Amino acid sequence: MKRRTFWKFVGPSVFLMVLFIAAPLVSVLWQSFFQTIPAVESVEVETCTPGFPSQVCTTVLKSRPVLDEAGRAVTNTSFVGLELYRSVVEPEAVWRAIASANPGAILRIDFWRALRFTLTFTFVTLPLVLVFGLLIALTVNNASTRMRGPVIFVSLLPYIITPVIGGISIYWLFVGDGIVTRMIEHMLDRNISVMTSGWAVESLMMFYRVWHIAPFAFVIFYAGLQGVNRDTLESAMIDGASRFERLRYVIIPHLMPLIVFVTLIHLMDSYRVFEEVVAFNAQSQRISLQWLTYDFLQPDDSGTRAIGRASASSMLTLIGIVIILIPVLRQTWRSHKT
Amino acid sequence: MSSAALRHPLGLRLASIGFLAFWCVLALFPLFWIVVMSFKLPLDAFAEDSLQIIFGSVTRAERGGLSLADIVAGGALLWLLYRVPGLVGRQVAFQLGTARWGRVILVVLYALGITLMLSARGVTGFTVLGALAGAALVWLLAFSGEPEEDSGALGNVLAAALYLVLAAAFLWYVVPTVLHALDQVLSAIPVLDLLATPLIGVTAEHYRSVWIDKEFYRNFLNTMLVTGGVTTVSLTVGTLAGYGLARSSSNIAFWLLILALVFRALPHSVLVTGYLPPFINSREILQPLWDMPVIGWFLGLFSGTAPTLYGQPYAVIAVLVSINQPFTIWMLRSFFQSIPTELDEAARVDGCSDFQAFRKVIMPVMWPGVITTGLFSFLLAYNDYLICSLLLNSQNQTMVPSITQFFNSETTTTDQVQAIAAAVSITAPLFLLVMVFQKQIVSGLTAGAVKG
Repeated sequence: MKRRTFWKFVGPSVFLMVLFIAAPLVSVLWQSFFQTIPAVESVEVETCTPGFPSQVCTTVLKSRPVLDEAGRAVTNTSFVGLELYRSVVEPEAVWRAIASANPGAILRIDFWRALRFTLTFTFVTLPLVLVFGLLIALTVNNASTRMRGPVIFVSLLPYIITPVIGGISIYWLFVGDGIVTRMIEHMLDRNISVMTSGWAVESLMMFYRVWHIAPFAFVIFYAGLQGVNRDTLESAMIDGASRFERLRYVIIPHLMPLIVFVTLIHLMDSYRVFEEVVAFNAQSQRISLQWLTYDFLQPDDSGTRAIGRASASSMLTLIGIVIILIPVLRQTWRSHKT
Repeated sequence: MSSAALRHPLGLRLASIGFLAFWCVLALFPLFWIVVMSFKLPLDAFAEDSLQIIFGSVTRAERGGLSLADIVAGGALLWLLYRVPGLVGRQVAFQLGTARWGRVILVVLYALGITLMLSARGVTGFTVLGALAGAALVWLLAFSGEPEEDSGALGNVLAAALYLVLAAAFLWYVVPTVLHALDQVLSAIPVLDLLATPLIGVTAEHYRSVWIDKEFYRNFLNTMLVTGGVTTVSLTVGTLAGYGLARSSSNIAFWLLILALVFRALPHSVLVTGYLPPFINSREILQPLWDMPVIGWFLGLFSGTAPTLYGQPYAVIAVLVSINQPFTIWMLRSFFQSIPTELDEAARVDGCSDFQAFRKVIMPVMWPGVITTGLFSFLLAYNDYLICSLLLNSQNQTMVPSITQFFNSETTTTDQVQAIAAAVSITAPLFLLVMVFQKQIVSGLTAGAVKG
């Protein structure tokens, strides 16, 4: 294909990606060094209340936003360097926590709390998704053909469902007097409330993610299992390999590229964990990096959004993405050069 | 070696069947449970006893319910609904795709949709633009080429749309009427009237109050607008790019794909941080365009002054299309690569230009891939929470973010059941989607993985 025709085909897509993905990235980087604050002026306001013999007057200094002719608030934007990053990361508080030998205090800072949760979430769910997906794929592969269709149908539901709704449906099983809470209470014979414990909420969020993504891993592995070489399996059996050894030395190596693929997709997606925090109403107990940015972007009571701080936390989030992607990019680069 | 040697011992077979059953229950139970709760009065939905939640004694006493005969007959009807696409779907799609009246149905459906949109959103330049674009698409689908050529895409799309509409009508009107009539008949017969006595309490009043009183249908229409726009635009742009990338082995193509992979990994909140300030101030930023001589006159046809992009569904469509582009072009590229290049070359030999070869030779065999990718674009737009909740105002809000409005205001238990009913309403179309498109979803999931 000639270069000109290539660009004619790819052009619209590249234009959209540049305008709505690359340009915003640059502007976020730019914004993260500037702080916009509404301009405030101090005015003396004299309030008088009627009294006897004379009225009582008090003057107070009040600050009010400066308005332009159109009646909108005037804002001042100034270059602040890394100040916004400091307000997100709070290095002083971190040093203080380390100096006072109380590392737990670090986790009281929103950013570190979010980072801790996001990383734990990503690396705990990854093996669970892989193992659970592989187990379902293996059992479906061994099941009779008549059962496969319905099982695949049922398995697709948790994957296809809107993440917020799926999370909420699990939340409702456990919240207050949800049915599962009731059953646990019945077994233990005492009152429990699941949603007040941070760790319980955290493990429920992980449970939800595994429930949601394991079907994806299952479908991929199941497709891969169809291509396992039966001759190799049979010769392994003649050589006396046990069931587990066949799995370990024949099936898993065959699935390895797919396992890498699922791992990569899962790392990218679970690092962006967000919907769970909304669905499980967990913001007071557990927040994720993406939720932190989302929270900065939400208008506060006076209707202003902390765009600058959101930009700074966005940039910090990106560092993690880069770290996840480096091995992948190196791998592709090597295979491209050969 | 016979397959007998590969057969599994009994214990392992039982264990694996047990595990599968466990997984199916685990996958279905949360969804099943919210469906059950959404049909009960609050007293039942939050009852102490789980049997009361299922049987809904209070609901049964106050609002009536389903009898044993209803459950059996209703189950049979639902089974029928499930089997219909598999049994006659192919023939109906073929008929709709080839016969003239298939096109008539398409035009009627499109006119209905546009009327709904216009009546709900009011006439603005942008809605007219959207309607015109849609009309052009309908024209392309319906009137390009002879009807006798098998246009599988048109047939499939029409059959799916028709099935969704008919299924909804069937569930809301036919099933209740049939069950009611059945109860009437059975209760007149002495012994069989036991079968017709209400057993499980059921009420649809929460759905009614969510959809009508709380105006959830507005959110539904917004969702339809956004998802429809995202799916059509991202397929149009994506197929072009996917084809170009699949047929080029240059370095640029390679780097574009890698860049797309990096873009796919970006957290959406990062991008929204970039959108928000320009979107909120877009009136001032875009005003110079409106003041320019010719361009300004043209843009003035759509709106008198430069629009504020914040809160506009069209801006969100553009954003979602761009964010989904990396995923879309990767998937479409892998589908295009499975089409042999000999086909292009044959078309070129016969005197087609690149673009003609793409449109007349490649696209007709690409429709399965396009439909699969379209499904995933639809899902990404339909399931999005973050972008819609930050870039749309409450008036143009789609269904998923607006659900928080229900469970933030959960002051009474009735509100909570209404939130559950809203959640079930959002899930129902997805359920139908899996039912109709199970094969395509599986092929879409494996397309990216197996081919690299």
